[in-house]
Amino acid sequence: MDLKSTREGSNLIVDVEGRVDGTNAMDFQTALEGAIQPSDQGVIMDMGQLQYISSAGLRVILLVAKSLQKQNAKLLGCSLSESVREIFAISGFDKIVPVHDSRTDALKALED
Amino acid sequence: MSESEGDSYRILVVDDEPDVEPLMLQRMRRHIRSGRYSFVFAQNGIEALDVLNNDPEIDMVVSDINMPKMDGLTLLSQISELNPDLRAVIVSAYGDMKNIRTAMNRGAFDFVTKPLDFDDLQVTIERTLENMKAWKEALSSRDKLVSLQRELDVASQMQQSILPTQFPQGDDFEVFGSMEPARNVGGDFFDVVQLDDGEIGLAIADVSGKGVPAALFMMSSRTLLKGSAIGLTDPGKVLREVNNLLAEDNESAMFVTVLYAVYNPATGHLSYANGGHNLPVIFHGDGSSTVLPYTDGLALAVLSGVEFVEGELTLAPGDTLVLYTDGVTEAMDAVNEEFGMERLRAVFAGGGPQDAEGANEAVFAAVREFVSGAPQSDDITCLTLRRGRSQA
Repeated sequence: MDLKSTREGSNLIVDVEGRVDGTNAMDFQTALEGAIQPSDQGVIMDMGQLQYISSAGLRVILLVAKSLQKQNAKLLGCSLSESVREIFAISGFDKIVPVHDSRTDALKALED
Repeated sequence: MSESEGDSYRILVVDDEPDVEPLMLQRMRRHIRSGRYSFVFAQNGIEALDVLNNDPEIDMVVSDINMPKMDGLTLLSQISELNPDLRAVIVSAYGDMKNIRTAMNRGAFDFVTKPLDFDDLQVTIERTLENMKAWKEALSSRDKLVSLQRELDVASQMQQSILPTQFPQGDDFEVFGSMEPARNVGGDFFDVVQLDDGEIGLAIADVSGKGVPAALFMMSSRTLLKGSAIGLTDPGKVLREVNNLLAEDNESAMFVTVLYAVYNPATGHLSYANGGHNLPVIFHGDGSSTVLPYTDGLALAVLSGVEFVEGELTLAPGDTLVLYTDGVTEAMDAVNEEFGMERLRAVFAGGGPQDAEGANEAVFAAVREFVSGAPQSDDITCLTLRRGRSQA
């Protein structure tokens, strides 16, 4: 698992790569929470290079979505591969984290 | 359920009905004679507290709810103050979710319904004792040295203790379930509940997280599910109720995916609702298969107020429904390839399974062959229901 973040205005874009499962979910959480600033209005998780996410990884996303909600910020996902999109659809997590086809679409959604 | 040799437990039974004592002694005589159980009786909460104060050897309490002087729910809150290690099982009216919920909130471990089914009670007692043992070990290991592996061992014992080991069977249906735990992470469980009118409730679930906190979350998920299943008939309503209960004060953000189905053996009718779980597969007699249609839902404990859409269909004679967890489809071989849905569907391509246990074993065998020794990263669980052709 590898995580890189860039900032666009008041939005944070996080690239997640590789696999997130029970063995590295804690690292994923630490890295993600470390990247987010209290001033962030929106966080876009670009999952284009994410191969696999287990329920332990989804739990981290839920934790982050909950804490972002408290600072009135939104968490969005984008560019999901077919298998990750399926995980989001079956688990219903696309209801918690709206997923968009591309980064541009996600940024547009934050502007609306 | 296996009984370890030599252990003996003292159980306090609290009920105001006078025939409970002779009945209990009669029905549990085998376990009394073997020295595994000894019983003490009280007729209400006040008497029960007296007994508990004078007899420190008592391991668990089985208590009715409605009693004069002090009821079972009040007794429960007193017990947790008196001795947090004591485990209590509540006897409630069939489907009385309100009291069951209160009891669970006050620390009851499990419940059984009236009229008492003594076989079920005995299984429940064994599960409770096993869980209590695991809990005490967790406490003592925490006192000694907090080792992660030790905690995981304890969690895995708790997990094993809630799985059913006996399955309902009829002239024209069979059920079988099993789980192969992963060494490190895992939170799978399944349950089979006998419902009113001969219907069968089937649940398969996967809890996120690991260790003792996840195991405790699993216990309460399972108990709430069982309670709601008995109290409500529609699978969608069952998941809605369990979800709302679990979502309250869920700061840890744990969640559980659950597929819950209700099967009517007389007609083959199956209704189901899905809390974010993998979609089960029906294997037909000719080797073809069907994935259960997707119904809208969300993993439980994530968000309260969610509605769960119900799906329904009818199993044909010879159909086998396989519920499974992602440990099956996401099992990986040495080069990180997943077992996947297509391989699962191909297991019975040569002809549908002939019995529930065999179907379960065939799935496990196919997964084992595929991973061929690569380390198992998640629990692998299968719960199978077969509508059998009536056997002459």
